[in-house]
Amino acid sequence: MVDLTSSAVGDLQLRNITKRFADFVAVDDLTLTIPKGSFFALLGPSGCGKTTTLRMIAGLEEPTSGSIHIGDTDITHTKPYQRPVNTVFQNYALFPHLTIFENVAFGLRRRGMKDVDEAVTKVLALVELGHLKDRKPGQLSGGQQQRIAVARAIVNRPALLLLDEPLGALDLKLRRQMQIELKWIQTEVGITFVHVTHDQEEAMTMADTIAVMNKGKIEQMGSPVELYENPKTVFVANFLGQSNLIEATVQTNSGAETSVDIHGSRILLPSSRNTSSKSKVLVGVRPEKINIQTEGSSAGKNSLSGGVVTDISFVGVSTQYQVEMPWKQEIMVFEQNDGGAPNIRKGDQVTLSWEPHFTFALDSES
Amino acid sequence: MAIAHVSPGTSTHVNPERTGRRIPYLLMLPGLLWLFIFFIYPLINLAETSTKTRAASQETGAFIQTYRFANYLDAFIEYQDQFLRSFTYAFMATLLALVISYPLAYAIAFKSGRYKNILLILVIAPFFTSFLLRTIAWKQILGAEGPVVSALRALHLIGPDTTITASSFAVVMGLTYNFLPFMTLPIYASLDRIDPRLMEASGDLYANGLTTFRKVTVPLSMPGVVAGTLLTFIPAAGDYINAAILGNPTTKMIGNVIDSRFFRIVDYPTAAALSFTLMAAILFLVIIYIRRSGTDELV
Repeated sequence: MVDLTSSAVGDLQLRNITKRFADFVAVDDLTLTIPKGSFFALLGPSGCGKTTTLRMIAGLEEPTSGSIHIGDTDITHTKPYQRPVNTVFQNYALFPHLTIFENVAFGLRRRGMKDVDEAVTKVLALVELGHLKDRKPGQLSGGQQQRIAVARAIVNRPALLLLDEPLGALDLKLRRQMQIELKWIQTEVGITFVHVTHDQEEAMTMADTIAVMNKGKIEQMGSPVELYENPKTVFVANFLGQSNLIEATVQTNSGAETSVDIHGSRILLPSSRNTSSKSKVLVGVRPEKINIQTEGSSAGKNSLSGGVVTDISFVGVSTQYQVEMPWKQEIMVFEQNDGGAPNIRKGDQVTLSWEPHFTFALDSES
Repeated sequence: MAIAHVSPGTSTHVNPERTGRRIPYLLMLPGLLWLFIFFIYPLINLAETSTKTRAASQETGAFIQTYRFANYLDAFIEYQDQFLRSFTYAFMATLLALVISYPLAYAIAFKSGRYKNILLILVIAPFFTSFLLRTIAWKQILGAEGPVVSALRALHLIGPDTTITASSFAVVMGLTYNFLPFMTLPIYASLDRIDPRLMEASGDLYANGLTTFRKVTVPLSMPGVVAGTLLTFIPAAGDYINAAILGNPTTKMIGNVIDSRFFRIVDYPTAAALSFTLMAAILFLVIIYIRRSGTDELV
């Protein structure tokens, strides 16, 4: 439809990037390849180094060591205005003294393009805001400013578009809508998007690949499904969605199935999903994978009994139960409200069960 | 309205909405009263004086109202050189102050780091001494035995008999110096308000440092530049202290003429007519300036 195909020259590579501020290491020996044309998310809590990484790619910070490449070109020491990279800033950073049209045309004009009309009109049509071209940014709503910020960046057809918490300032409903829109724009223009966020839902909705960052390092990288179903560290298991992590001792560790002991109950899991080699592990299972039944009912293969329901909250699509186990640990269970939900009340004795293949095991340290 | 309930209403029958609407006027009252007593009333008085003529008795200070508007024309024709000189000096001082202040304000706003507050205090520090004393000090600095003249002589840039004081150069220097903070502070305030991310965004959009300065920083600092130039130009055009202390009889500004007409020659109508002409001229120039700089679109 709209020809804004990127003049992209290849994958983005970060090689052994370290960034030190005084005595604080923001990014620690980070190596990362972001394939051309992908929608990549850097996900992590504040202070994990994701924004610093983004700023280094944009050229707003210089790495202490390591190098940054786009295709075969080393851009580590290239000035920001000489990089084929554009950024959608956190609060959009639209120029308040320029019209929407001039904001979008800014990058084109700086590169000496004489006739910017066609390109600007096209990109404004893409974000469906052509009718606002003579307004000033202050006269636009947050969602509209956000789209202009995207338009101002992609009109330059960069090899790489960086998005720094682009939806942080929007309300929930608008954020959902913009997630879908951004994803659509990315597919439409085919530019590599690198998206920084602390919102796991945002990352999972939009990105093909997510890198979860913590303390300046990448904890785990993969597709949203992979990260959700197969977290490799405790941090990832807790940061993406909710996880129940229970201390366990490995009993047998041979063949396709691993058997562990949780306070006297035998729990099975596929050996391929045990990322630990130690005997003490953390066994994980997602709350929505667990079935909750009144004590004594027939259970699945993996089951834990003796739990007491301490809290129930109805959240529309599901009901969330908080169950206290005999060893005083709280376990979360989500039941779909599809008519088959059991009639369980606060204080009831329950048995929790789930299929072995939904179980994973992690190293208890880290 | 929450504010209405806070108002110290003695009557319980006060309509809260009406009280709320009255509050802005109450807040403005002291200022308006002050302005009326010390500005509007003298202004009316001055207007009245400006069309008077000398009483038949020829007694000093005795004037009668004759509605002689030709006073204005006479005064203007007689003192047009001083008018022109006032605006030229004020313009030169404003330009110089802008050239000095902009880099200074820029450095304080963006490059001073933890010294920001100290530098701002230094900008304001001259106000701790009186305007008059500072101008007299400049007489010393630029005087024949002063450091400036000595240095220039040592460098053979001026001859051994050349002096700097009692010249138009000294008057413009004095005006520039005295009004410098009025230029620096508004420019600093508008530069300091600029979101640094706008400059990053400009760099991200292929603008180098100089282009970013021209296309982003300067336009966004225009409100400060306009405020600063007005705050410098207006008082400088009406100033008479600098010309009196640092100038000579050929550097008289219109303020000096008004001063001498009022207090030495005791020709109140001419002084009043000159005052009004000066006000009108400044107002006219300021309106053109604001229109042309188009600052109302900013902010």
